[in-house]
Amino acid sequence: MKWLPRLLMILGLAGFLSLFAFPLWRITLVAPQYPTGVRMYIWINKIGGETAGTLQNINILNHYVGMKFIEPESIPELSYFPYVVLALGLLGLLAMVINKPWAYLGWALLVIILAAIGIYDFYLWEYDYGHHLSPTAPIKIPGASYQPPVIGKKTILNFTAYSYPHTGGILAGISIILALVAFKIKKSWS
Amino acid sequence: MKRLTLYAITTLFTAILLIWTPGCQSPGGPATGGLVSSNDAASQVYVAPGQYDEFYSFLSGGFSGQLSVYGLPSGRLLKVIPVFSVDAEKAYGFNEETKPMLNTSFGFVPWDDAHHPELSQTNGETDGRWIFINGNNTPRVARIDLSTFETTEIIEIPNSGGNHSSPFTTENTEYVVAGTRFGVPYPQNDVAISSYAENFKGMLTFIKVDPESGHMEIAFQILLPAFDYDLAHSGKGKSHGWTFFTSYNTEQKNTLLEVNASQNDKDFIAAINWKKAEEYLAQGKFREIPARYAHNVYSDVDHQATSTIIEKVKVLTPEDCPDMVYFLPTPKSPHGVDVDPSGEYIVGNGKLSADLTVHSFTKMLQAIENKSYETMISSIPVLKYEEVVGGVVKAPGLGPLHTEFDANGNAYTTFFISSEIVKWKVGTWEVLDRVPCYYSVGHLMIPGGDSRKPQGKYMLALNKITKDRYLPTGPELDQAAQLYDISGDKIKLLLDFPTVGEPHYGQGISADRIVPNVKKIYPIEENKHPYVSLGEGKTKVERQGNDVHVYMTTIRSHFAPDNIEGVKVGDKVFFHVTNLEQDWDVPHGFAVMGARNSEILVMPGQTETTVWEPQRPGVYPFYCTDFCSALHQEMQGYIRISPANSNTPLKWSMGEDIVQ
Ligand SMILES: [Cu+2]
Repeated sequence: MKWLPRLLMILGLAGFLSLFAFPLWRITLVAPQYPTGVRMYIWINKIGGETAGTLQNINILNHYVGMKFIEPESIPELSYFPYVVLALGLLGLLAMVINKPWAYLGWALLVIILAAIGIYDFYLWEYDYGHHLSPTAPIKIPGASYQPPVIGKKTILNFTAYSYPHTGGILAGISIILALVAFKIKKSWS
Repeated sequence: MKRLTLYAITTLFTAILLIWTPGCQSPGGPATGGLVSSNDAASQVYVAPGQYDEFYSFLSGGFSGQLSVYGLPSGRLLKVIPVFSVDAEKAYGFNEETKPMLNTSFGFVPWDDAHHPELSQTNGETDGRWIFINGNNTPRVARIDLSTFETTEIIEIPNSGGNHSSPFTTENTEYVVAGTRFGVPYPQNDVAISSYAENFKGMLTFIKVDPESGHMEIAFQILLPAFDYDLAHSGKGKSHGWTFFTSYNTEQKNTLLEVNASQNDKDFIAAINWKKAEEYLAQGKFREIPARYAHNVYSDVDHQATSTIIEKVKVLTPEDCPDMVYFLPTPKSPHGVDVDPSGEYIVGNGKLSADLTVHSFTKMLQAIENKSYETMISSIPVLKYEEVVGGVVKAPGLGPLHTEFDANGNAYTTFFISSEIVKWKVGTWEVLDRVPCYYSVGHLMIPGGDSRKPQGKYMLALNKITKDRYLPTGPELDQAAQLYDISGDKIKLLLDFPTVGEPHYGQGISADRIVPNVKKIYPIEENKHPYVSLGEGKTKVERQGNDVHVYMTTIRSHFAPDNIEGVKVGDKVFFHVTNLEQDWDVPHGFAVMGARNSEILVMPGQTETTVWEPQRPGVYPFYCTDFCSALHQEMQGYIRISPANSNTPLKWSMGEDIVQ
């Protein structure tokens, strides 16, 4: 039983580092012309679609209302997020080596704070895309904005947008819980 | 005496039916024939909105030159694929990319008569990769790729006239065949028509199909007497390695064939041992003779076709190659020849015969081994009828044309004169059921019905005469098809629908063998068209003498460039339009005022070229012809045409004005 907190932490870290393999978040747009939906995936280092053409298709749809083109190259976060995740992974390993309650708790809190910042940043980007519309947009609806939800479902003109964490995001969330459980166990033993 | 009496009765009966059958309806009223008694026929063919049909069916367009695709059981038209005829809708034969597809040794031919679609097979089962179809008039065979539903290859057949017994496949699509319906001088030459028996020949062609790419190549031709080789089917299972061709006009006449070619009591089914032919070919026992035929290939990567003229062909003759061809006597002017799923029985549908003759493959091999020949014709052994016949279906109907099979050992034969389909048992030859057709059925189609594994619970009758079946549309009517349920003991009429052109033969296949491979777009990064524009930044206008090349792109909802100046009267303008879209079902069209050409319709990721020769100075609009988006009506542009001797500089733009 002595090894249980470390086991939980290693499982959590494996899930956390899966962010390199799986998308963090998924936005799905459903419209009459897209009955099966158009899916956009947000990774820690890129934004992509289910096909090579998906991003272009979303940009074409967005341009009618004057939204900016989503160009992954112009989003600086995507270039340094992988290092943040890697650093957090190493800190997690360190916490495991230390194997003290405060180490597990500290790691979990750090990830929660950074995740909160990340989600706020995501919100700011969405706000920017949804509100800063081209003054020459072909379709202008007074007072309308097209900001997708951070999490949940929202109707935007003819589209219904669904925004939820995806595999990588969910596993990273579980890693926080596992670290907190490790903290709890360790603390109850001391 | 007995035969004479039978003949007289048959003829009388035929005459009565020919006069009476289709015209029995009083004018002005709807057809009542074939009313479906049970209400559930409607639910059997009802495919709910948004649902898919269970089967694809491919029906030839006959004199339309095209191939139409219908869903079954609904009978909904899904697409018309242009094959041998130009199609302004799809710019087939109008854009620069597809013009070479219709090239022949006679030059550009904009039409043909397309008869028999034939799906590719693997192990005797339809595999959904390609479908082949023959061009009858200027002998050709086309291959359609079923991932794109587009014609991707056409090969011309030399030494042939009327490519009718074509393009039936062998069980692994080793070959598709092309037998000539008309005897022609060999080599083609200026001779007296009356020298037919002496100078004319009949050629059977074996086209090798590459198992990976599907590319066709004429492997060899077999030189035979100038009979009319009408239809064909290849052996399967135990008879794999053989192909059977029916013949009529074994009288070898060249005038009033309706009488003169109907005199012999028996004509022949030519049995070709193509495995033997391959051996002779490998031994070098062929004659390589001069020929001239076009081979046209379309590439989905280059998005254009190339046409090559080939000038040699290998010919095998029965004189040089014994044991390669045998004649099976078959009453009387047999039309279709159909091999049952086991490969044992070869049905000769003698269209002027009172009975239906079925040969046995096993007995044929035995007769060949015993060398029991009735006679020899041009070094070809004629086997004895009594020694090859496996069974006879007695007096099933009048004018048998074609037979297909189900998976339960039953055969279904069409009868043109008595306008019906008759179901009979293979092996016992008893007639089980019969249903009327509206009217005068030619071919029939059961999905997989000419393969080793019939899939059918449906049967489609492809009729030659329509008359009063639908609301009248003047003297010219579409043809008619009827769908039957053959899953039970009794054949049940389900549906009646009009068809495009004249469907001769058809093929059917369960949708799951095709749907997973269907392409939705062409990946733009794979586009290797020599005039592609990979992005709006790569668009330009180039002048080369009087030729002006416009490298143009489309994306919802604009052209780039959309303002062009500096083009002059006397120039030849090539609009090379690349559709940058990568979304399914977002084509863009392009049409320019006064073009003596069709529009072009460019699929996502594709490049197409239309040529325009401006005739008068002015400013001419061009626009997108496919309603592509909410701003489709705004998808337009202008090209300015200056007088021939003017100095307007060549300039182009999109999004800002041209400053001259
Ligand atoms: Cu358009």
